Amino acid sequence: MTSLANHQPLTTNHCLIRIWAVLLRHLYLYPKSASRIMEIFYWPVLDLLVWGFLTLYIVQHPNGISRFSGYLLGAMIFWDMLFRSQQAISISFLEEVWSRNLLNLFTSPLKPIEFLLATMTLSFVKLLTAGAVTVFLAWAFFSFNLFKMGTYLFPFVLNLVAMGWAVGIVTTAIILRYGERAEVMAWGLALLIQPFAAVFYPVSVLPWFLKPVALALPATYIFEGMREVLMAGNLNPKQIWIPTLLNGFYLFMAFLFFKMMFQSARIHGRLTKLGE
Amino acid sequence: MADLIVRVQDLTKKFENTVAVDNISLEIGSGEIVGLLGPNGAGKTTLIHMLLGILLPSQGSIQIFGLDLASHREEILAHANFSSAYVMMPMSLSPWQNLNVFAKLYNIPHSGEKIEWALKKMEIWDLKDRATRGLSSGQISRLNLAKAILNDPELLLLDEPTASMDPDIADKTRRILKEIQKEHRMTILYTSHNMAEVETMAERVFFLNKGKIVAEGSPKELQNKFNQGTLEEVFLKIART
Ligand SMILES: Nc1ncnc2c1ncn2[C@@H]1O[C@H](COP(=O)(O)OP(=O)(O)OP(=O)(O)O)[C@@H](O)[C@H]1O
Ligand SMILES: [Mg+2]
Repeated sequence: MTSLANHQPLTTNHCLIRIWAVLLRHLYLYPKSASRIMEIFYWPVLDLLVWGFLTLYIVQHPNGISRFSGYLLGAMIFWDMLFRSQQAISISFLEEVWSRNLLNLFTSPLKPIEFLLATMTLSFVKLLTAGAVTVFLAWAFFSFNLFKMGTYLFPFVLNLVAMGWAVGIVTTAIILRYGERAEVMAWGLALLIQPFAAVFYPVSVLPWFLKPVALALPATYIFEGMREVLMAGNLNPKQIWIPTLLNGFYLFMAFLFFKMMFQSARIHGRLTKLGE
Repeated sequence: MADLIVRVQDLTKKFENTVAVDNISLEIGSGEIVGLLGPNGAGKTTLIHMLLGILLPSQGSIQIFGLDLASHREEILAHANFSSAYVMMPMSLSPWQNLNVFAKLYNIPHSGEKIEWALKKMEIWDLKDRATRGLSSGQISRLNLAKAILNDPELLLLDEPTASMDPDIADKTRRILKEIQKEHRMTILYTSHNMAEVETMAERVFFLNKGKIVAEGSPKELQNKFNQGTLEEVFLKIART
């Protein structure tokens, strides 16, 4: 008989202690990290707001719903463009963090702005590829033709991408500042604006105090504009140039913010500690 | 001294509650191999990161190739390079793909030939198409070094470059580095905890302790000055006082 056989048999007690050990490893993270605590509430609360306002709209406009539902697919495709455009940027940065490649990159002559321009290009290419597939599937399976929007499609898509870029750059800057604690933002900072950007329902559903928030978001004009074009066939030019100006402003601010965070990372030695 | 490559004046780096580098001044001439020694936490990595511009000094100035680092970062970095045992490269790319990316970043003409040269020099040419993930840590260190020599740097900063190499490969690597250094008249500043290595490589050594330079000279000079038989004993003496 081997010596192992003399050992006590595995008891439930041992098993529970090991489960507790793994649980403990995760619980240790929470008291130190507000972002992790926020993460627990983040997704469910935002989901609730989006579905809550949509329900509100349906209840208020029982007749509007059949007409309106035709645009849900368009809203979803458009939303995805914004969301993916943000994600592509912040995930590209995180990939450098995960592969511990940041020092290699930033000890080369690469400038931070050049790094951002590369991730923006990547995000655009990814999005066009994914967009082509979803637009085709929406047409093939659900007879939803995004090209019904005609030439409006271009400024719409460009504005959504630009807003995704701005949010993505801000996200990246926040990760640069707060490190892995802020990784959750990479996956879902754009989601934070979804309830207010009139994606699935018009701005008019929102309570008065949220309307200024909605009107400050470029995406709001695009989603409202999309429905207007699909319904009426034309569009007030305001719906294009206001978000374009807003996006220009936000992109500029995002670059500035990134520059500040990069500089601060160089002061506090964060660039060298990220991913370690 | 020949042309000055690095000139550091009154350099200090404070973090929230540590002074990592404390009022250091030093000069390194063209073609020198200089060792940076000191116990854990002495400030070696901090100094190297400041020389690379990824960490900003709290006080003091850095000139490289006669240019101010604060205002000529990109120009300087185009002619310098860096490797550390503690950085990696994207693991899903092959060594060749990884080096190709860096060849573009450093704007290297005839990059194909140069990559081949660097991989062959570091004796990992036969691994060039594998996923980097599959390389051992010593092989990854050599890939990092291949990256570091890709742009024929005039200044090479190495942070424990041989830390994960076996004695045979570490020895080969030292010989290769010396060879390239001679061919290109490269200036090398590097840190190591391997005193025997420093004795064979470095013509001059800076000893750092708690952020300050506490001794400087050739390995032989230091042994005489501290009355010790080996550099290792000099190290122990300095670190323990
Ligand atoms: N980003 C940072 N934030 C705060 N403190 C830091 C940071 N980087 C380094 N330090 C501190 O500065 C001091 C010097 O660290 P450094 O990494 O330069 O030492 P080192 O000489 O390279 O040591 P080792 O031989 O262990 O690599 C240490 O006390 C360290 O804790
Ligand atoms: Mg170090």
